[in-house]
Amino acid sequence: MTGPLERLGRWVLDRLTALGRANLFLLRLVGALAFLVRRPGLLVRQLYAVGVLSLPIILVSGLFVGMVLGLQGYANLVDFGATSSLGTVVALSLIRELGPVLTALLYAGRAGSALTAEIGLMKATEQLASMQMMAVDPFARVLAPRFLAGFIAVPLLTAIFTAVGILGGYWVAVVQLGVDGGAFWAQMQARVLLWEDIGNGVAVKSVVFALLANWIALFEGYEAHPTSEGVSLATTQTVVATSLAVLGGDFLLTALMFGAW
Amino acid sequence: MLSSPLPADAAPPCSGRLVTVRGLSFRRGERVIFRDVDLDIPRGKVTAIMGPSGTGKTTLLRLLGGQLRPDAGLIEVDGLRVPELGRRELYQLRQRMGMLFQSGALFTDLSVFDNVAFPLREHTRLSEKLIRTLVLMKLEAVGLRGARALMPAELSGGMARRVALARAIALDPMMVLYDEPFAGQDPISMGVLTQLIRTLNDALCLTSVIVSHDVKETAAIADYLYLLSDGQIVEHGTPGELGRSASPWVDQFMHARPDGPMSFHYPAPPYETELLLREPA
Amino acid sequence: MRQKHLELLVGVFVALGLAAFLLLALKVSDLAHIGEDKGYRVTARFENIGGLKIRAPVTLGGVRIGRVAGINLDPQTFEALVTLAIEPQYDRLPSDSSASILTAGLLGEQYVGLEPGGMDDFLKNGSSLKLTQSALVLEKLIGRMFTNAAQGEAPAKAP
Repeated sequence: MTGPLERLGRWVLDRLTALGRANLFLLRLVGALAFLVRRPGLLVRQLYAVGVLSLPIILVSGLFVGMVLGLQGYANLVDFGATSSLGTVVALSLIRELGPVLTALLYAGRAGSALTAEIGLMKATEQLASMQMMAVDPFARVLAPRFLAGFIAVPLLTAIFTAVGILGGYWVAVVQLGVDGGAFWAQMQARVLLWEDIGNGVAVKSVVFALLANWIALFEGYEAHPTSEGVSLATTQTVVATSLAVLGGDFLLTALMFGAW
Repeated sequence: MLSSPLPADAAPPCSGRLVTVRGLSFRRGERVIFRDVDLDIPRGKVTAIMGPSGTGKTTLLRLLGGQLRPDAGLIEVDGLRVPELGRRELYQLRQRMGMLFQSGALFTDLSVFDNVAFPLREHTRLSEKLIRTLVLMKLEAVGLRGARALMPAELSGGMARRVALARAIALDPMMVLYDEPFAGQDPISMGVLTQLIRTLNDALCLTSVIVSHDVKETAAIADYLYLLSDGQIVEHGTPGELGRSASPWVDQFMHARPDGPMSFHYPAPPYETELLLREPA
Repeated sequence: MRQKHLELLVGVFVALGLAAFLLLALKVSDLAHIGEDKGYRVTARFENIGGLKIRAPVTLGGVRIGRVAGINLDPQTFEALVTLAIEPQYDRLPSDSSASILTAGLLGEQYVGLEPGGMDDFLKNGSSLKLTQSALVLEKLIGRMFTNAAQGEAPAKAP
């Protein structure tokens, strides 16, 4: 029989050792990236898997989120006669928060879970072990290309999501609701700062989320128990852990970038 | 200590000793897998390591391939001490070893052809034309040249294992390790595989190490057998010698008797007491 | 053949991502107006600038002619010193033009509106605007309204 305190202690220790393993994993992953200089073809294949195949969901989601922002923003601003600020509202919400965060969450569901399942199954079916026995390092051959591809894809997807979202907002506000198009863009341009907003929001946040999402996905797959339950658990775990890490990380980053303290 | 079953003189590539294991101990957590194991694997022969399920036979192969490190003892392959090798040397050694995994472990995203070509493309700079020739030769050897365009999911279990075998010999290794090659095969593919292992061994001057619990098939092709139980070598010899062994344990294993020194029952309290025990309130 | 197809799609994807970044930078952000700093600068002093921010538009007759380039506090007079960057093509603004801080809509953005004067010489780099009108601060406005109302009510109650 173990008491609740012992169980808590064990749980904390387990988490800490897992964190340590995750850090070593990341180090090995980064160390293996040099291999890709010799085999760029591997990177292209993975960019297709995580990037191109994620495009439809990103385009559609971005468009709808932007359109909803346009509608909601209009409904709220019209009471104050401030609909000319709609462009600012739509653009700042997307650039600072919704673009990077929603892209990372969608990526975790669409590509992160697939990465985990793929690596987990390769482990369960001894493909990784057989690769090792063929004197091929799975970190270089399998994990590094997936990591780098994801790391490149997430910021690009974030930019696409944000741009499409702003266009969606424009369509609803200007084409459908009759907000003045000149004011929409002019107010936006007056308020959205290149480095402070786009640099911090779209660029820095998406790079941090890219690291988190791909690191978690590959680590969960690599650590999965080589059984079907193990792989399905790891897949779920990837989506849950990435979502929490992205939302928590977003709060920290927002506090650092835009916060008052 | 066990006496070496072979003279230790190094000589032409097809004779002598390739693998030497001395005093090998390995434990996984609390569980002792190997306790002071000695064994020798001669070059150019088919050596089988047999034992009941769960005796760590696969672990032994992983120790030979350097995927695991022993807690104590010596593992020497072709004069190299495997646990002491650095990564580069270990990878160089592994290029000269092929391993056939129990599941075949084919890469599911590559076709049969690309699976066999994989080690060639990773480790050589041969032209695609030459790779094609080599791959077709290896596939011909396992009788699956016609299946080269198929994906692994379209293969039967026996075919997958033969493709994996073609992949394992793609780089013309000096030694092939077979992990349970016969497990779960129908009689025909079992026959095909035994035949293949033997012919490949003799034609390519390979050293084959088979880990298995299928007594009949293994005894039919092995030149030398080791019987493993409870972390130790219980007996070794040629199949003929072991078939006539006086040891009751060897007799039970070799002739597949359900009960004997290896109890049919998992250790448990006496049956009567457990049945008569009242359910806890 | 398949690899070619793959490479093409990945190329399209990367190009799309970069184009999106470019769109954000050029069409959405202030980068579109960074060139405006090339224009000449004039200063204006205000008692209170309200919620005016750097990069807010400067307009004349509703047309955008420049933007706010800097906001500082004069430590001697405790007035806000606002620097306006005006685009070079608008170089014929009378020197006695006045500046006021206005609000777009009730709660919208604040911006600087210029009213042209009648003098013959023009504003140039380093000039300062003499006539300014501070921002309308809502609290003060409401406060004044209450005082007026109280004063207006008092005599009405007398009889």
